[in-house]
Amino acid sequence: MAHHAHEPQVTVLPPDKAKIKKLWTVALYLLLITIVEFIIAFSVPHEYKQLRVWVFVALTIVKAGYIVGEFMHLRYEVKVLFWSILIPIIFIVWMLVAFVYEGIKMPVFQ
Amino acid sequence: MAHSTATTVTGKSVWDGGTSPMGASYGKLMMWFFLLSDAFTFSGLLITYGLVRSSHQAYEGLVSTFTFSTEYWPVPEKVFEAVPFLHGYELPLVFVGIMTFILIMSSVTMVLAVEAGHRMDRKAVEKWMLWTIIGGVTFLSCQAWEWTHFIVGTGVPTMKDVFNTETGLWEQIPILGANLHVNQYGPQPFADFFFFITGFHGFHVFSGVMLNFLIYYNTVTGVYERRGHYEMVEKVGLYWHFVDLVWVFVFTFFYLV
Repeated sequence: MAHHAHEPQVTVLPPDKAKIKKLWTVALYLLLITIVEFIIAFSVPHEYKQLRVWVFVALTIVKAGYIVGEFMHLRYEVKVLFWSILIPIIFIVWMLVAFVYEGIKMPVFQ
Repeated sequence: MAHSTATTVTGKSVWDGGTSPMGASYGKLMMWFFLLSDAFTFSGLLITYGLVRSSHQAYEGLVSTFTFSTEYWPVPEKVFEAVPFLHGYELPLVFVGIMTFILIMSSVTMVLAVEAGHRMDRKAVEKWMLWTIIGGVTFLSCQAWEWTHFIVGTGVPTMKDVFNTETGLWEQIPILGANLHVNQYGPQPFADFFFFITGFHGFHVFSGVMLNFLIYYNTVTGVYERRGHYEMVEKVGLYWHFVDLVWVFVFTFFYLV
């Protein structure tokens, strides 16, 4: 094969086995949590609505933590960047609380 | 390649210039802040869903005897229970589960592409980018099927009161399927939110597939190899993971709760 002079010399490093294994482990956790959500959805009766909702929300936050922390690598970023992304999320939490409260107080639509 | 730690010069603050205090390149940083703003947009949609849902009548009876009515908010698992090629079987949330699996897997292949990029392994980046694109296209295809099924409707039609302007009387008309005017599954906003939330997410996935393809193309043509780093894979990877992240929330708040 003809080798062009302008082609850069690239050193390919071997795969980081430990890192790749960790990524697959995180994926496994995400799938396991989803399976647990399915089990709860079909085994805990709908009468326990509050319990179901809170468990689902908690599991979703755990999943979100794995995606943002590991896949998006935020856990390993500099602290300033980490908090610059996390602190504004407070406003979303406030928006959630305020709007659902409004929703409960609102007259029921027909 | 982005540094994972900020470099500190002795006796000098990282904010005094000459270094990246956040330990990330401009592009990567801006991607993070864009995603933060996008998170607000999606939160707006999902929280409005919560507001409207909690202001509607909830279904009080047993889930096993649930029927569609415009009087109360539907139980989501009773709406989304169809799977392609298995017509007539009640398989609640199975298809959504498959879609979740596809998106999580494509997130894994994306992060493997990023890892390969750090090692300057062009062949591996190509391989994993291609898998990510396939995952994205598969997800979009699933969504197309789900939308079609939702729009066309199936089973017993729901009766809706409609005012007939010709006769001046209220009439009951059968409704099958849903769109922005009628809804077989429950109150009108339920269908509207379905189209807006999953549609907005689906459009993000579509954009992501386009960006992924661009990255794949540039990798194949050796653009990043000549540039000396694969940081673009990392930036688009952030976007792709975000799309997966949003789906995790849509899955919980639209389909599970």
